[in-house]
Amino acid sequence: MTPSVVLEARGLTRRFTGVLALSGVDFRLLAGEVHALMGQNGAGKSTLIKVLTGVYPADAGELRLNGAAIHPESAADAQRLGISTVYQEVNLCPNLSVAENVFAGRYPRLGASGLWRIDWARMERDARALLARLNLDIDVSRLLSSYPVAVQQMVAIARALSVDAKVLILDEPTSSLDEHEVARLFDVLRQLRGEGMAILFVTHFLAQTYAIADRITVLRNGERVGEYLPAELPRAALITAMVGRELSAAAGRNVHTQETAGADVLEARGIGRRGQLSPLDVTLRRGEVVGVGGLLGSGRTELARLLFGLDRIDSGELVMDGVPVRFDAPSQAIRHGLAMCPEERKHDGIVAELSVRENIALALQARMGLWNFLTPARQQAIAERFVRMLGIKTADLETPVALLSGGNQQKVVLARWLATEPRLMILDEPTRGIDVAAKQEIMNEILGLAREGLAVLFISSEMDEVVRVADRIVVLRDRRKVGELPGDSSEQAVYHLIASDA
Amino acid sequence: MMAAAATAATPAVRRGLRIDSRFVPLVGTLAVFALAAGYGGVAYTGFFSAQVFLNLLIDNAFLCVVGVGMTFVILSGGIDLSVGSVIALTTMISAGLVEHAHWNAWQTIPMVLAIGTVFGALMGWLIERFRLQPFIVTLAGMFLARGLCYLISIDSISITDADYTAISQARIRLGDGASITIGALIALATVALGVWIAHATEFGRTVYAIGGNETSALLMGLPVARTRILVYTLSGFCSALAGVVFTFYMLSGYGLHAVGLELDAIAAVVIGGTLLSGGVGYVAGTLVGVLILGIVQTMISFDGTLSSWWTRIVIGALLFLFCLLQRAFEGRSGKG
Amino acid sequence: MMRRFSSHRLFWPFAALVLLLAVNAVFNPGFWQLQWRDGHLYGSVIDILNRAAPLALVAIGMTLVIATRGIDISVGAVVAISAAVAALMIGGELVVKDGVQTHVTRYPMSVAILTALVVAALCGLWNGLLVAKVGMQPIIATLILMVAGRGIAQLLTGGQIITVYYAPFFFLGNGFLLGLPFAVFIAAVVWATVHLLLTRTALGLFIQSIGINPAASRVAGVRERLIIVCVYVFCGVAAGVAGLVISSNVKSADGNNAGVLMELDAILAVTLGGTALTGGRFSLAGSVLGALIIQTLTSTIYSIGVPPEVNMVVKAAVVFAVMLLQSPEFRSAVRGLVVRPVPGAAR
Repeated sequence: MTPSVVLEARGLTRRFTGVLALSGVDFRLLAGEVHALMGQNGAGKSTLIKVLTGVYPADAGELRLNGAAIHPESAADAQRLGISTVYQEVNLCPNLSVAENVFAGRYPRLGASGLWRIDWARMERDARALLARLNLDIDVSRLLSSYPVAVQQMVAIARALSVDAKVLILDEPTSSLDEHEVARLFDVLRQLRGEGMAILFVTHFLAQTYAIADRITVLRNGERVGEYLPAELPRAALITAMVGRELSAAAGRNVHTQETAGADVLEARGIGRRGQLSPLDVTLRRGEVVGVGGLLGSGRTELARLLFGLDRIDSGELVMDGVPVRFDAPSQAIRHGLAMCPEERKHDGIVAELSVRENIALALQARMGLWNFLTPARQQAIAERFVRMLGIKTADLETPVALLSGGNQQKVVLARWLATEPRLMILDEPTRGIDVAAKQEIMNEILGLAREGLAVLFISSEMDEVVRVADRIVVLRDRRKVGELPGDSSEQAVYHLIASDA
Repeated sequence: MMAAAATAATPAVRRGLRIDSRFVPLVGTLAVFALAAGYGGVAYTGFFSAQVFLNLLIDNAFLCVVGVGMTFVILSGGIDLSVGSVIALTTMISAGLVEHAHWNAWQTIPMVLAIGTVFGALMGWLIERFRLQPFIVTLAGMFLARGLCYLISIDSISITDADYTAISQARIRLGDGASITIGALIALATVALGVWIAHATEFGRTVYAIGGNETSALLMGLPVARTRILVYTLSGFCSALAGVVFTFYMLSGYGLHAVGLELDAIAAVVIGGTLLSGGVGYVAGTLVGVLILGIVQTMISFDGTLSSWWTRIVIGALLFLFCLLQRAFEGRSGKG
Repeated sequence: MMRRFSSHRLFWPFAALVLLLAVNAVFNPGFWQLQWRDGHLYGSVIDILNRAAPLALVAIGMTLVIATRGIDISVGAVVAISAAVAALMIGGELVVKDGVQTHVTRYPMSVAILTALVVAALCGLWNGLLVAKVGMQPIIATLILMVAGRGIAQLLTGGQIITVYYAPFFFLGNGFLLGLPFAVFIAAVVWATVHLLLTRTALGLFIQSIGINPAASRVAGVRERLIIVCVYVFCGVAAGVAGLVISSNVKSADGNNAGVLMELDAILAVTLGGTALTGGRFSLAGSVLGALIIQTLTSTIYSIGVPPEVNMVVKAAVVFAVMLLQSPEFRSAVRGLVVRPVPGAAR
């Protein structure tokens, strides 16, 4: 029995002032399948989703749902038609209860004509039933915010089920989930697939795609590159399709293997913070890249924040050059030669409306203080140097940094820190959400600096990256350090250590 | 990410405490009221009489009505600075219609209610349609309403109409020498209506949703635009209704009525446990907030030794306390 | 991005001011007349400058606060408090000294002025600590002082109007220097000092950075808590100076009415000047222009012969107009009306 085409798009085109975000994209979604949508940043994935769900109108092309042409004009419209979306940030209201989130906008009512007051009892009953379908048994009268993101996502899926969705779209749902939670989500997806749901799954995690997808569509520069069966598409071919040129998934073993690490730069003795990180030791040395290996939630970012002074240390001490130091704020850490590229680029990294020049000069100026002013001319000189060094693509230095692409924004943040000539650089997910080419450039730059003597702490959720680049790997699990491994360990060795009873 | 891992590590969250956490601000408000009432009863003779407590409601009936509207606006994440001026405008138009145009009360009241409602709707439309900041729009509305007052008359117009006077003087016996005014009854009815709207209607729940996360509310398909306009319309209606109550109370129309009342309303809402950032709070809390403001005023006048501006200072101190509480509450629950 | 508005950022406020002045000149032929009398310039324009000075001072302070994503609605109360402190400390008694009647102050004038400014600075510090250390929302943090501060001012003045009998004090608000009102000089000096601070030190960059993204600024090492506190302190001081000028001008301190609605005028001036309430990029010159616009508006209304109460309605209309013009949604809606949509295109 051939599965029916539930959602079909033909020749979808969408233009934003001068940029062709989607160009003649064809797309099919079948009933009872999990269909992965992949592509680099800027390929058009989120634009396609927004067009499918009515957030943007298409400039050209047509959409068909079960054969009938549709023109959704808003998210509500799309929902009514049967297309439901679960977003990366779980767009629900944290201040409302779980039951209310499931039924918001379609409250069960008392009274004959359904116009009387909201029937809370029935709402909670129905919500519980829906969540039971997803094997989730929770108190639906509690606020959504009292549950972790993984549960909130389930609630969002339950909401989609409550509207009898025919199409379920999941936009990067696994970015904030740990392995267990991803597995649970996939169980749910498989179950829904078995019930005939058509599921569109946007992701950039290769492993997950191969684990769950029945078919893969790849977008590149707003165009559809192709539609594939995972079994017939090896990883290298998938990457080639996404990137457009030959780039192996693992770019070979890291060139940088330091024989002897330099002097100690920062020694953390038993540092910890209640509820965030159990006391641990870590030493960072000149010219050495220390990778932090661990699953989501193991305490990697917490460690970075403690070292940099974003959070206060409850126990232990930091020692630099043999002298105990205390960082109550990043400004103090910076004065001692530390630098940090934060995990959340948009939130903690770039200052959106300031120019590229001002963004690059910011940290250096902050360290120099209020009175020691970098004139615009000096700022420009510094900015020019780094734009050239890192290959930052920008129209000119005065462009607001918000207008740059993700990869270039990250380079600006990196440039900002390099301008302070730090002794220790902490990198928290420096390559997240960046296209493959820019990733390589950034990693090469960092390795080059390490070779020149910079101490680097490298945090990444992509274990293969960590293993490839690090001279030493500090392994964390559940907010504790479980051990250290030498740089040439394999990924399996790291996972083994994490899984052990240590 | 942090919160996710933390709660993942402790899957069985403390049940009893968690459910109560969203009621903590309201409990705090009630506690303050009880404390204040208790202190007043001990410190001043004659404080603990039914009439004294009823007077809290009688003298602040208009603040109560306005507070209900303001609660909804603040819950949606906005603010309405025009309420005091709309009250004044309502009194002025009422006085003008009744005294100069010789309308009767039953023609005037619906008219001014309609005017206030339309005023609110206009502001709400501007805010929603052009994405303007509520602060500035209602600020302009405040100027406009008060200015319109002065355009009608610079001096106050006394109301001598029989119906108005009768309503103003009417007292409903509640036994044992205590009585309540019509205005106070209207206030109680408004609070009851507000509570019902907030909890039993889609409009009310959408207001909470918008205050919690507007983008989510939009993506969830909730009628955000319509609700926002309605919220300000409701506030305009409440301001006009409060103006009607105020007219009964003062029996005059004057451009200087209710100056600064919007601040008292905001204070009552905040002290009543509603977060200024929106999404959290209860209409019933605002009633308690108003009563607390009233009790402070009463205690000071009972005391006799403190001049009346100590009321402002005490209210400021109360606001400070409650905001600190709200900060601590927000900090504990992990919200930034 | 809508860069048309900032082909020059000050274009619209400047155009508005010019328009107002033109209207004035049409309806009031003597508007631009300047005379030299009693050793100083005399005319409607001078009047406007003099009266706009206190508002400009408050607006300058308010600009920096708004730029950091904050707001300070307590400035009116601080004006009243500062005026009250100065008036109380100066007082002024008529004494006969060497056969000549002179006024004598309770405390030396410089001490009184300094105390008033220190008290104003403390008010600003209170606000700044609530916002930066306790983390309260600025509008609610400053609401506390707005409510309580008015009470404090009334407490200081005992609910009365305190008259000041001391001629040297009147110079602040009534005196003239080089023919122009001294108050204008005070405002100009403050403006110039702040401008220098903003452009010759990193302060301007830090304030903008904090206003645009406080979290990222913190990570970048900007000491945003310190800067936010300083900005509120300065706003308090600016309001304090304005309070001194105002009380000097009317030779008294009124705890009930001094500075009432001034915070709203100041916010209006800042918004008119092009600074967004959401913080980030700001313009001091714009706020000064805004203060001038508001004052010119008041004078225009008065000179046309319209009753001053209409002032409020006109202010409202101006606010609406400026708001709508600054709103991208409004501009595109208007453009949509003016340019006929191509038939068949999706909206």
